[in-house]
Amino acid sequence: MNLLWIVGVPLLTGLAIVLAPARHARMIALGGAILQMALVIGLYFSFTHEREVGNVFPLLFEKQYQWFPSLGFSLHIGVDGISVAMMMLTAFVVVAGVLVSWKMEHMKKEFFFFLTLLAFGAYGFFMSMDLMVLFFFLEVAVIPKYLFISIWGSGNKTYSANKLALMLMGGSALILVGILGLYFSLPPESRTFDMVKLAETGIGFEIQRWVFPLVFVGFGVFTALFPFHTWVPDGHSSAPTAGSMFLAGISMKLGGYGCLRAATYLMPEGAHEYANIIIVLASIAIIYGAFATMMQKDLKYINAYSSISHCGFVLLGIGMLTKTAITGAVFQMVSHGLMTALFFAIIGMVYERTHTRLVAQMGGLLKVMPFIISAMFIAGFCSLGLPGLSGFVAEMTVFVGSWETKDVFHRTATVIGAMSIVVTAVYILRAVGQVAMGPLVASGEGVDDARWYERWSVIILIAGILVMGLAPFWLYELVSPGVEIIVNQFAGK
Amino acid sequence: MNTTNIILIPLLPLLSFILLGLGGKRLFGDKAGWIASLAMLISFVLACGVAMNYFGDHSADAYVGKVVFSFPWLPFGNGLKINMGALVDPITSLMLFVVTFISLMVHIFSLAYMKGEERFHIYYAFLGLFTFSMLGLVISSNLFQIYIFWELVGVSSFLLIGFYYQKNAALAAAKKAFIVTRFADLGFLIGILVLSAEANTLDFQQLMINLSSPEYTSAAGEFMGISVLSWGLALVFIGAAGKSAMFPLHIWLPDAMEGPTPVSALIHAATMVVAGVFLVARLYPLYSIAEVGVQSLISSIGAFTAIFAALIACTQTDIKRVLAYSTVSQIGFMMFSLGIMSEDHLGYTASMFHLFTHAIFKALLFLAAGVIIHYVHSNEMQDMGGLAKKMPVTHIVFLLACLAIAGIPPFAGFFSKEEILLNAWNNNRPIFFIALLTSGLTAFYMFRLYFSIFWNKPHHEQGHGKKEGSWFELIPLMILGVGTVLAGFVPFGEYVSADGKPHHAPIDLQFSLGPVGIALLGILLAAWMYFKASSKPEKTAAGFGVFYKAAKHKFYIDEIWLGFTKGVLFNLIGRPAAWFDRNVIDTLVKGAGSATQSAAEGIKGMQSGKVQQYGLYFLFGIIIIVSVFLFTQGGR
Repeated sequence: MNLLWIVGVPLLTGLAIVLAPARHARMIALGGAILQMALVIGLYFSFTHEREVGNVFPLLFEKQYQWFPSLGFSLHIGVDGISVAMMMLTAFVVVAGVLVSWKMEHMKKEFFFFLTLLAFGAYGFFMSMDLMVLFFFLEVAVIPKYLFISIWGSGNKTYSANKLALMLMGGSALILVGILGLYFSLPPESRTFDMVKLAETGIGFEIQRWVFPLVFVGFGVFTALFPFHTWVPDGHSSAPTAGSMFLAGISMKLGGYGCLRAATYLMPEGAHEYANIIIVLASIAIIYGAFATMMQKDLKYINAYSSISHCGFVLLGIGMLTKTAITGAVFQMVSHGLMTALFFAIIGMVYERTHTRLVAQMGGLLKVMPFIISAMFIAGFCSLGLPGLSGFVAEMTVFVGSWETKDVFHRTATVIGAMSIVVTAVYILRAVGQVAMGPLVASGEGVDDARWYERWSVIILIAGILVMGLAPFWLYELVSPGVEIIVNQFAGK
Repeated sequence: MNTTNIILIPLLPLLSFILLGLGGKRLFGDKAGWIASLAMLISFVLACGVAMNYFGDHSADAYVGKVVFSFPWLPFGNGLKINMGALVDPITSLMLFVVTFISLMVHIFSLAYMKGEERFHIYYAFLGLFTFSMLGLVISSNLFQIYIFWELVGVSSFLLIGFYYQKNAALAAAKKAFIVTRFADLGFLIGILVLSAEANTLDFQQLMINLSSPEYTSAAGEFMGISVLSWGLALVFIGAAGKSAMFPLHIWLPDAMEGPTPVSALIHAATMVVAGVFLVARLYPLYSIAEVGVQSLISSIGAFTAIFAALIACTQTDIKRVLAYSTVSQIGFMMFSLGIMSEDHLGYTASMFHLFTHAIFKALLFLAAGVIIHYVHSNEMQDMGGLAKKMPVTHIVFLLACLAIAGIPPFAGFFSKEEILLNAWNNNRPIFFIALLTSGLTAFYMFRLYFSIFWNKPHHEQGHGKKEGSWFELIPLMILGVGTVLAGFVPFGEYVSADGKPHHAPIDLQFSLGPVGIALLGILLAAWMYFKASSKPEKTAAGFGVFYKAAKHKFYIDEIWLGFTKGVLFNLIGRPAAWFDRNVIDTLVKGAGSATQSAAEGIKGMQSGKVQQYGLYFLFGIIIIVSVFLFTQGGR
């Protein structure tokens, strides 16, 4: 399978949206997204087929095209199991995002165009094996978000958009400085941006020592690394529904994936050096994010703060540096992506009907919108780690992996992380219970339940959550060889 | 042994959950209850088959556990893996029977009791989910699997308690049940991590072998002066204490009575709350290692809970609450019995026996209470009285169940409680006397309930509604009534014992005199106070003064917990965390943000404001970059 198709489809879809009349924009976007989903599922099957016939090469469908030879970077693409998992997540979230925005009226052509562009950036990011190309796609996936929030957003949108753009750009700047610094610190004959080559030849510890924190923190900003997480609540709450879904569902995963691929994989000694700091920051994010969530009143803020807490598990897993924990981190990225996208989709639907996002102003909505609220329960149960749904699998894998390192420090961090399961239960039941149960509020009288496009959007995401939650071995088989390669980097050193 | 049958037992209720949950009213209408009950009936028949098969097999001299099915569900990197499997041993067979039997009774009972409910099909769907989770829990072959179903049991109870979702009280009770048990589950989870890391396996059978070997117990590490094994087991016990409503985690159970009454019978009396007892029994080979020392924790918490809840039960006026506290108290009996170790492990057999008999008569009590509540439209004792003539069948079965729980021979509770007391007498005298006193209190508050409902003042209201329940309600009551009379004669020790070998525990009539005597005393006292309406109860209550008031207010444990969550979790941690985030961490970013904003003002003129244009520029930029690459690339 040629991976260029996977970046090609969103690009062509985007072009078609620009050229076609506005009224067709959503149809084209949906067609493109579904085609893309089919492609990615096809990619999954051909990937597992290759593995079954005994192709143990770490990267499959690898291609390398020279781009700027003089600068030493080339379009080197390829996928391992982790990339495939992340692409599947992207495909699910994009289809759901397009569906949920079906009734978008304001500047719809631009809206769907940027949505498609974001997808293009994300797919490209997940298949890049060259640091510069990786960075290029990261930027493609960031910039439209600024426009998303400032044009289609709500509330204090200018402030939120600026804050988000500024902080993410700041993160990007750190990454850029890091990778350029890395490039120029290498001896001239081995200078390259190619990650596979860099991993093979290895990077000196002195270089890793100062490049690792730059790259890790840079990507960390995207995935709400404490204390660089403050863009998350504002950004998510001001963004339009599909924007929030994309932001939390995919963008935050770009960061986690980057931390894993560009920082930890390339610089294992640097990772060892800073692992304890990562663990401390991640544990803080998990428990502090959970407690901060408990006090939020607005549904979007609740989900945004809980994302800080949940993404802490991604970083905790990476910081633990064991195979199980890193597998758990990847699981958590997929799980959180699906779950949070579902949550934001539902919040959007509820808001559209009741015109409020404040929990205190809602109540008894289960009666009038059984479908939407049942889905909200599923999202909530997934968030609090109910077995059978994806969140449980991810969190348990992180916990088991974290517990492997037998010292008081690592185990204390695990216990702190585990404590969040109680706090999460408190805030989820408080919010979802209040919205769904109790006497019906006046603003809920006579509203309708989900429409067809909303139903499908929800069903797609729940299907993903259920498949992962009920058959986790399937994702494990996909992801674990890729994780093993990353972990072998530590073992070799 | 037929593996398919064992897997079908939990899967049928799951199927009913999925069908009714998705198909709902549209497909089945009022037939939803029949479909669920049919699935449950098949499950029950299969469970009976499994139990008879298992106990009927005398080929070896001891009953041993067999893993009949196992498939890897989630592997971990370090060799640990979660399997989904089925372990069949005496307590699994016992619980399969108990759970499916009680669930079937509740299913049938609800056909009439819940008739006309708007969400009738959802009710049955949730019953299916609950039964599935509970059955999955009892057949679990490893520690993680049991945790998975443990959590599912928790969520199904949330859904069932909150079934009348428009009532604020139901919402509050459902949340409380879930969160309190979740709090305990944190201990369980960490305990699992500890034990699995120590044993390098999760499978029960291997876990027991690895952790009970003398090499391990002597070489086990320590943490804060206590062996790691003890830590792990104590943490797991916290989880068990939460589900089984042990003090001080019992607070959710009485509130859980907000759910429909048949649900209370199923979850909060007969099955879910014994999950904790079951877990301790499952890990009994580890808990019974002398060096572990968790036994005394289990027995003291169990005994304290037993008497504590019995005292509260004496003062409550809501009949469901009295029953709820009596459940807490009886579970305390089962728990402390597991904690009192002896050479012959009589405590284990006795505890399981009591679990078995209690499930039957407690389900009966709750279902009968449901019929009564439907008739008088109130949960309060003072609205009842003189119902003996109005509802003869309910009256008789209720009386049987009260005699059983009070421990009067020859009813079921007598035999099991007798074993528990005998074991306590032989091995732990202080607990024996606590338990003896509790038995007296049990007899007192149960007959206080009985006399207040059926005798006391004459019933005046005439001719409104039907008096006795319908046949769908009465048949389960009668079946359970027969069970209450007969269950005690099951030679239980022959089948269930700690080591799988038959255990003979003859009833010692001399020993029985004490417990039966004190129970009769309790009954007589209740009769004296409550058989006829009088001012004696008020006078007695006044006599106890402050103590009565404290018991009536459940010793203020709920208030203490509420203070903890509101005061500490919300105000001391949550609020400062949220404030800190917005005001301290964000300040730096805010400064930077406003700087950009003013910069943006400056260059505003450069922007055309048309996003479409930006988009085009953006796209063309990308196309240019891509074409540069296409022209310059060499390929590989």
